[in-house]
Amino acid sequence: MVKFALPRNSKVTGGKTWPKPEGATETREFKVYRWNPDDDSNPSIDTFYVDVNECGPRVLDGLIWIKDHIDPTLTFRRSCREGVCGSCAMNINGQNTLACTKSMHDVAADAVKVSPLPHQPVVKDLVPDLTNFYAQYASIEPWLKTTTPTPQKEWRQSRDDREKLDGLYECILCACCSTACPSYWWNSDRFLGPAALLQAARWVSDSRDEATGERLDYLEDPFRLYRCHTILNCTKACPKNLNPAEAIAMLKLKLVERQM
Amino acid sequence: MTMQPLSRPKSMRTPLGRVRNLGAAHSGTKDFWRQRVTAVAMVLLIVPMVVVMMILLGRNQAGAAQILGSPPIAIIMLLFVIASIWHMKIGMQVIIEDYVHDEKIKLMSIMANNFFSVTLALAATYAIFKLSSGV
Repeated sequence: MVKFALPRNSKVTGGKTWPKPEGATETREFKVYRWNPDDDSNPSIDTFYVDVNECGPRVLDGLIWIKDHIDPTLTFRRSCREGVCGSCAMNINGQNTLACTKSMHDVAADAVKVSPLPHQPVVKDLVPDLTNFYAQYASIEPWLKTTTPTPQKEWRQSRDDREKLDGLYECILCACCSTACPSYWWNSDRFLGPAALLQAARWVSDSRDEATGERLDYLEDPFRLYRCHTILNCTKACPKNLNPAEAIAMLKLKLVERQM
Repeated sequence: MTMQPLSRPKSMRTPLGRVRNLGAAHSGTKDFWRQRVTAVAMVLLIVPMVVVMMILLGRNQAGAAQILGSPPIAIIMLLFVIASIWHMKIGMQVIIEDYVHDEKIKLMSIMANNFFSVTLALAATYAIFKLSSGV
């Protein structure tokens, strides 16, 4: 059966409250999920106080400030700090988003609550294990597939056909959408999830690709595609304002279309 | 009790192998389409169905048999029974697949869902035929 409660070793217990920074006139409270694979303890929520006059406005700035000034063992992924790489996806006050584009001042609650992307194995602190997520992306074979010999110059595409990829190609694979999807929580071993399906839609929609039918064959499955029940958490979560639910609906429509 | 360490996976199969698993079932589209067809059918049938139910309210068996003896009314009832039970059967199967992960229990639940739906559909159509033919 689906698990409605966390396993015993995943239950969050206690946590350390770190002292407020000395001399800070204005602080922001951060409550951060901590888990260390090197000891036997359960995850905990640590409380930190960030000197807002000393660091940038975004949640990622706050986390980097904590790492630099309070606890260097705090572990999280980050790279581009401008919403392009998708590394710093995490759950901030109940919403999956990118820590680098989310302002800590936009969080209405008293504390900025940060935890790793939901329902994935945790490597350490805020770092989730996305092995399965990346394998699902690889499984949709995200590259141009053609039988026609490669032209001397480039594969040509009309302006109209190129526009069909808008809203699909911008995905940065941060996994905010897939890990926000209840269907993905229950069945991530078989359901491909919104991110991989949006990418599948991107290749199905590409006028240059000659493997559209095989791509749809791969998806036509009660679990891979049809576990999507249009819950729309994916669309709500997407930090790039894309619409994975619409892309999935388009795939379903194409599968119906080829039978009629 | 600690979390399953990443260095000690339950299986040595590659992540891509696990995702590809047994391959695509190449089905699901028919059920998806039927779920929509029966939904639209029920939207169209719900008002006539409620009207028939209102007319039937408070009548004895002879009265009900007389009303259901009208072919259009009997056909509305039959269509509603078929559409709703088909819709229910597909919907229930989706719920079972979502939440029941033990393969044996899942197969038994899906089988029970089929038995229940077919029995219910046959019982309902039999009752409508019996009443509308006045026996």
